[in-house]
Amino acid sequence: MSITTYELNHLDLLEAEAIHIFREVASEFERPGLMFSGGKDSIVMLHLASKAFWPAGLPFPVLHVDTGHNFPEVIEYRDQLIKELGARLVVASVQKSIDEGRVAEEKGPRASRNRLQITTLLDSIEENKFDALFGGARRDEEKARAKERFYSFRDEFGQWDPKNQRPELWNLYNGRIRQGEHIRVFPISNWTELDVWQYIEREAIEIPSVYFAHEREVFQREGMLLADSDFVTRSDGEELVKRKIRYRTVGDMSCTGAVESEAENLKQIIEEISSTRITERGATRADDRVSEAAMEDRKKEGYF
Amino acid sequence: MEFLRFATAGSVDDGKSTLIGRLLYDTKSIFQDQLESVEATSQQMGNEYTNLALLTDGLRAEREQGITIDVAYRYFATPKRKFIIADTPGHIQYTRNMVTGASTADLVLVLVDARHGVVEQSRRHAFLASLLRIPHLVVCVNKMDLIDYDEKAFQAVKEEFRNFAMKLDIPDLSFIPISALHGDNVVERSAKMPWYEGSSLLHHLEEVHIASDRNHIDARFPVQYVIRPQNEEHHDYRGYAGTIAGGVFKPGDEVVVLPSGFTSTVASIDSYDGPISEAFGPMSVTMRLTSDVDISRGDMICRPNNQPSVGRDLQAMVCWMSESIELVPRMKLALKHTTRSSRVLTSEIQYRIDVNTLHRDEKPESLKLNEIGRVSLRSTQPLFFDEYRRNRNTGSFILMDEATNVTVAAGIIVGSG
Repeated sequence: MSITTYELNHLDLLEAEAIHIFREVASEFERPGLMFSGGKDSIVMLHLASKAFWPAGLPFPVLHVDTGHNFPEVIEYRDQLIKELGARLVVASVQKSIDEGRVAEEKGPRASRNRLQITTLLDSIEENKFDALFGGARRDEEKARAKERFYSFRDEFGQWDPKNQRPELWNLYNGRIRQGEHIRVFPISNWTELDVWQYIEREAIEIPSVYFAHEREVFQREGMLLADSDFVTRSDGEELVKRKIRYRTVGDMSCTGAVESEAENLKQIIEEISSTRITERGATRADDRVSEAAMEDRKKEGYF
Repeated sequence: MEFLRFATAGSVDDGKSTLIGRLLYDTKSIFQDQLESVEATSQQMGNEYTNLALLTDGLRAEREQGITIDVAYRYFATPKRKFIIADTPGHIQYTRNMVTGASTADLVLVLVDARHGVVEQSRRHAFLASLLRIPHLVVCVNKMDLIDYDEKAFQAVKEEFRNFAMKLDIPDLSFIPISALHGDNVVERSAKMPWYEGSSLLHHLEEVHIASDRNHIDARFPVQYVIRPQNEEHHDYRGYAGTIAGGVFKPGDEVVVLPSGFTSTVASIDSYDGPISEAFGPMSVTMRLTSDVDISRGDMICRPNNQPSVGRDLQAMVCWMSESIELVPRMKLALKHTTRSSRVLTSEIQYRIDVNTLHRDEKPESLKLNEIGRVSLRSTQPLFFDEYRRNRNTGSFILMDEATNVTVAAGIIVGSG
């Protein structure tokens, strides 16, 4: 940052924009919450939120929608971070939704709890009366998300209506809602994957170990490398092999693919991301491969 | 690295999607899986060529109907700059989309088909860019390949556009002859147009000087949030958090707080990373003052010798954005201006501007979707504002319908009273 010319570099600008939005929501909403998955984007979100309210703590709780299919490293990381921040953690459990009969577990070798999360999330919003929920979605991730607003209005069913979005002008956000409706807020909308990594490096933010290259037992499925775990059923021919891999995204273990990588530190990850020719969701997410509009369809139902 | 935000404006067949596709492709910002997906969809839809529009048209309805519904944001970078494109579609919702996309832009890129010259829509683009005070306008005269890269035709378009733009206020206007389809003058200078001595589009976007576009003169700090930790370590801490909306603030600066009029001194400008010696827009900071004064969200901190206008009566250019409701005199609406929320009553609509001809229709009965007019407003609370031409942050507002809560208008302050 160069003070004399009054210019900010791109990470400073992105940070300032995100902090503005965190403060705006904390001012205008009664009961906000921050959705946290343990992935790098939500880790950056928590970091930005800490900065926005410093020296005070977070003025809202952290919500984790727990599919039960987590990387153990990520849960460990989450608990440690929440403790350090002195934040309040709310866990919404997909297993509990299944046990209570709110949703039925998918069957077959491709079964995933990805879609079931929607019900768990919406139930939790109702239970906790959240009127604004922060999410770490970025517009560069996916084509439906490229059309998303910073403040994304959701009706009383939690649905997103892409054809009927509120125009968003300057940095003036419209947070007006009726009882039962809520806003999903995406402060890092304008960040790219590379920005996120550069920011993690600049701010020296700790991230779960699964993001760095390590050896792991994996198998091939539809061109993706999936980790062996209790949450997936391998079919014939899906042989386990030991590979040096890392994760570009971290989600549900049953549908998050790994990439072969030698990147053992942040500098190497940034080099790898700078030269990659495949998007992170294309490389690693089975949930987006269902159809051309898989993300859009899930978002309309109330997905993140 | 520096950021440049630009909005693209154009109609359906002017090659805008091809141009964006070309910029993304040639800067290696399209990923292999995105390209493969677009190629597969193009084939499935029976297109003869890879339809690069599919890169930006992501929604199901858009793909099915072959239209763009909404502003889409795209990202690319070169070693020199990072770019955010707000891609605004050019059909019926045109004005609303362009105003939305351009509201945060440093530059607007307008496409003109070299064969058709300046058409009604080109004039509308230029008008909206000037209304929103976008400092830089780049006119890409596209499809030069279809007119044999003819210099005379390019000059004719340039002259015609210039004549219209003279009536507007556009500080920096440039023209570039291109062929988006073949990539001429998009990333590299084209060998087919040796008569053109300017830079390629990408080079222009990388080099255009934007650092001095922000207002660093009039110190404005709308208080957004009051930070009071109420823990042992920071027991008496009281910080005013917000985004600098203009000018520069330094510790030791004498300041005045509106609306109370109390004066104080900046004790420190704080951030998580430590104290800040100079804060300027658009930094998000926390300010502490030397004296205990009652300050809350919506108040404005500025300098005693440079204060914004304070008042309840506004003159504004309003772009109406609602399909279902019309703006009529004596209407009550919710307003958001900086961090201040208020209610306003519209008085008369002085005129409606025809965005194609710039003709003024005096005293219209209403403003409908995508119409722009000059309106007087009276606010229930005093507002602290500057003319939009002086400061985009303190000169802009939005209006919301109190029944449906939707955003119904964008407002640009042109004066008080």
